[in-house]
Amino acid sequence: MSVATKERMEVIEEEHPVAPFLRMDRIPHIWCSTCGIGTAVKCYATALEESGVDLDKAAIVSGIGCTGRVAGYMKLDAFHSTHGRAIPFATGLKLGRPELLVTVFSGDGDLSGIGGNHFIHAARRRMDLLVILVNNFIYGMTGGQNAPTTPLTAKSSTMPFGNYEPPFNLPHLAASCGATYVARWTSLHIRRLTKAFKEAIDRKGFRFIEVIAPCSTLYARLNRLGTGFDLMQFYHHSTEIQHGADPAEVDIGFQDKIICGKFVDEDKPMMLDLMHEHYKKTLGDKYVPMPPEGGWLHE
Amino acid sequence: MKADPAGVLAGAHYLDGDFACGEGAMAAGCRFVGGYPITPSTEVVERMSRRFPMMGGIFIQMEDELASMAAVVGASWTGTKSMTVTSGPGFSLMMENIGLGAMMETPCVVVNVQRGGPSTGLPTMVGQADVMQARWGSHGDYELIALSPQSPQEAFDLTITAFNLSEIYRVPVMFMLDECVGHMTEKVVIPKAEDIEIVPRRLTKKPPGEFFPYRVNGNSVPEFARAGDGYRFHTTGLTHDERGYPVMSADCQEVCVKRLLDKINDNADDIIMLEEEDIDGADVVVIAFGITARVARMGIELAAKKGIKIGFIRMITLWPFPEKRIRELAGKIKAFVVPEINYGQMVLEVERCAGGKAATVSVPHGGGGVHDPDVIRDAIVGAAK
Repeated sequence: MSVATKERMEVIEEEHPVAPFLRMDRIPHIWCSTCGIGTAVKCYATALEESGVDLDKAAIVSGIGCTGRVAGYMKLDAFHSTHGRAIPFATGLKLGRPELLVTVFSGDGDLSGIGGNHFIHAARRRMDLLVILVNNFIYGMTGGQNAPTTPLTAKSSTMPFGNYEPPFNLPHLAASCGATYVARWTSLHIRRLTKAFKEAIDRKGFRFIEVIAPCSTLYARLNRLGTGFDLMQFYHHSTEIQHGADPAEVDIGFQDKIICGKFVDEDKPMMLDLMHEHYKKTLGDKYVPMPPEGGWLHE
Repeated sequence: MKADPAGVLAGAHYLDGDFACGEGAMAAGCRFVGGYPITPSTEVVERMSRRFPMMGGIFIQMEDELASMAAVVGASWTGTKSMTVTSGPGFSLMMENIGLGAMMETPCVVVNVQRGGPSTGLPTMVGQADVMQARWGSHGDYELIALSPQSPQEAFDLTITAFNLSEIYRVPVMFMLDECVGHMTEKVVIPKAEDIEIVPRRLTKKPPGEFFPYRVNGNSVPEFARAGDGYRFHTTGLTHDERGYPVMSADCQEVCVKRLLDKINDNADDIIMLEEEDIDGADVVVIAFGITARVARMGIELAAKKGIKIGFIRMITLWPFPEKRIRELAGKIKAFVVPEINYGQMVLEVERCAGGKAATVSVPHGGGGVHDPDVIRDAIVGAAK
């Protein structure tokens, strides 16, 4: 045995600070090195810790895809649902047991592609959900196909000559549909992203945070953008922080500047508050609200 | 346990099948419905959305049937009894998350008031052509339960049964009305709450840390933990082990999926409900369900005048299929006659189980109406020859 190996054996092992929030028996995770999903998860776990929320009353729902695996690694009541249906699944969870803090953590293809209809309606009805969308500009898990978020002219495996379909501007979509909190950060904005998660945990209604984390394997390779780290650095350095920017003006172009910040933060009643108020007004004493712990039957 | 009186409208009523189904759901303890309007099922949720605010229930009109079924599976994981209501086109959209419900082993009820199909078909008129879809509609191998009421009274009674079965076996239960039964108005007697037996969610008594979401310990159905009770469990639509963790292997697939089949097939005798009449000594046995069972009785009466010995089986449970009973009878009778409002779906199962030991006569009807009893009579007469 060499001296070097001996020295390595003497390294003191400490538990990672967010390990208690993760299913450590499922680590290593499936994400590529330099993928931004992991840092988003770390920021979310830190925000949960610093917010002091009761973790027994926190549930997380994901759809399908790379970010769709997040629910599987969080040590909360965790649901890995079907492709695109994380938001309606989470809607059922929230209405079935209103006291829960319900987070939807999924990708751009899942939430704005196949799940786009659910996204706009949950925002419209101000469903009390924290929706974290990791935007990697592509369908990552299936091999880099074009997404509703792929920037114009960027290449994908199904747009090999470059994308000609205009992409979604997701903060604008969320804000125009009624989201009460809308922010965007890249996955390298660790401190600001964590703060945004913490703020959003404390708000009510449909809270939307877009995390920019271009796929460091496929998007980078197909567009010859260097290593994952090169890519992330590019976006971090190209970021312009504009709190309160008009969400209509925050489109993302190919290898262009990216506007980050908090765009919407409004104190509005969420769907269940609206429902309670309305029924109290119209039905008076006859109204029996769903109990916070849910409408389940027990002896 | 006994029903919660808040949901039980005890007394004698004059109700259509859709309203009776809604009343049955509320009596069964259903307190969450996610749905999307579709003829001829909408009256079920109209009834419930009017009564739910007075009993702590929530109806939410979702943006489509994909969302409705996803919300129902989500709500059920809080322990709140959950249901959705639809008809053919919506049923097709729900198949994705019916599969999720089967894979996650989620108790819930899916009401399908069947109309004529395929596609948009006959929105306001009767069909029974979704019965194979109820069994096979979602991809992959799974088993679930499907029931078929023949009257508004049964729409009430069997909705409660559907909820109870979904709790016992942790499966989505398909409640297959047809438009005729849904829109037919008859007397419905709703018992007092103390006379209605309800199966509550079977929650685990194990503390967090000792609980595994899909460990069965010799039972076929695992214990349940609700979201929000501190178990911090994981569940997924992926093939999973007893921890609810994804495992991508043929070995895990075998254990995971086989149990989904076994838990229904091994208990088929307990699940299956049949109504049998005049089977002993019969030469011909008519098998029917839903509104067609009532029409078939007229055909049987007409044929009996010709001196034919006719037995009758009314299938209350469509799935699991009463294989054993059909096999028993096949060796003793000449023929099965199977009228149904489709071009021959359940008759395929009858034929399979008859195994060539008895003839099988399909009496199809394309939908939009019920059979002419004379047609059923003629089929019986022909089969008896």
